[in-house]
Amino acid sequence: MDSMKFQNIYIEDAVSIAGPVEAEGKIHDFDFTMEDYYYHEKTFEQAEIKMQRVVIDQLLLRNHLVDRDISYLISGDLSNQISVSSYAAKYYRTSFVGIYSACASFVEGLIIGAKLLDGRSKKRALVLTSSHNLTAEKQFRYPIEYGAPKPKTTTFTATGCVGVILSKKESSLRVESATFGQSIDMGISDATNMGAVMAPAAAHTLMKHLADLKRSVDDYDLIITGDLGSVGVPIFREYLKASYGIKLKNHVDAAMELYYPEQNTYAGASGPTSLPLVLFGKILKARKYSRILILGTGSLHSPVFVNQKMTIPAIAHAVSLEVLS
Amino acid sequence: MNKDEYQKLVKQLTPKENRVRNAFVAFLGGGLIGFLGQVIITILMQNFGLSMVEASSWLCLILIAFASISTALGFFDEWVTRVKAGLIIPTTGFAHSITSAALDYKRDGFITGLGANFFKLAGSVILYGIISAFFFSLLGVIIYG
Repeated sequence: MDSMKFQNIYIEDAVSIAGPVEAEGKIHDFDFTMEDYYYHEKTFEQAEIKMQRVVIDQLLLRNHLVDRDISYLISGDLSNQISVSSYAAKYYRTSFVGIYSACASFVEGLIIGAKLLDGRSKKRALVLTSSHNLTAEKQFRYPIEYGAPKPKTTTFTATGCVGVILSKKESSLRVESATFGQSIDMGISDATNMGAVMAPAAAHTLMKHLADLKRSVDDYDLIITGDLGSVGVPIFREYLKASYGIKLKNHVDAAMELYYPEQNTYAGASGPTSLPLVLFGKILKARKYSRILILGTGSLHSPVFVNQKMTIPAIAHAVSLEVLS
Repeated sequence: MNKDEYQKLVKQLTPKENRVRNAFVAFLGGGLIGFLGQVIITILMQNFGLSMVEASSWLCLILIAFASISTALGFFDEWVTRVKAGLIIPTTGFAHSITSAALDYKRDGFITGLGANFFKLAGSVILYGIISAFFFSLLGVIIYG
């Protein structure tokens, strides 16, 4: 069995920042919102570094901690060489673990953090991901101001940053079990249709998680996928049914929960922050669900391989959360 | 499910682009630019005493300046997204591609940033434009002598 179970790992606190478009969307309950994409910095990249620092500082401040109280800073983002995370990490006296699973980075970070703290350790880990629409756009697609017509399958990289503190200190949110996914390539080479790229990976990880832990989808009150979007969701459900015989009832996709349709975000949100923004901004605040499975989904492409017409591998990681009252 | 079956499923569940509507919008948008160009040429010829050739060059400059300035002001990309190929194919699209790339790299240094990426999108147009111009002139020389 590759899946893991954790005994007493808790999410002590979470802090989120939402970008200007996200702040005007369906969810209003964020710790901070940005008025513009520059966030009082000179470049978009520097703005994203500042977003990470604001989240880390707020997490430390609110929990009366200093940077040395955190043993591991586990963070990732979408910039080349995850440089945003690395440049933000240099301000803290903390062991830094840089990670990349594209838009599944947040869930990957949660699993690594939970595993590092498992056992007798009394340490704390800070798991963090950020994405900035314009740094990602510039890198993965066209120049920012270039108005290339986009197909309906395109997703819109959410701007935001979400960080959590993992520790043994009992809180209302427990990290119960987790499954790392496989890198799966089903022959899609269209980088503007990431929903179709990621759907098989999401389905495979879900199947593996349920099989490993001998569970069914009914054991969860809610299953949240990261950023499949309006195109990926029907493909995901259909594929899950056809390949593994799993019928989903209690499923939402975070990509569809962030924006109003009139915000022109095509198939919905994407990026590593789409899932945690929705999870902490809406799902957990609703207090309706006690067992939640989060499935972060990531398309592992790079502009170089897309130009070389390679088909795109995708990844999905799963974490089961227990809400304690 | 194997890869072929999956691609079929994806094709079946992916929303179709409305090509007829897009083509119509592009036709109207591009046509409007053409109409506007003709109006400007006529004004230039009648009021400034320019010849047809001179007026065409001035028109080109006016359209380029207009597209570049409105790209820098931040609203041209929304028009392009709406009008699609109608604004990309004319010279406005070329100016837009250069200005937007320049804006992206303005903070990355004059040589390694701005200079190196200035023709990021327009480079292909220039390269293949020059190559096809060469072959078409060659063809012209062969046919007409």
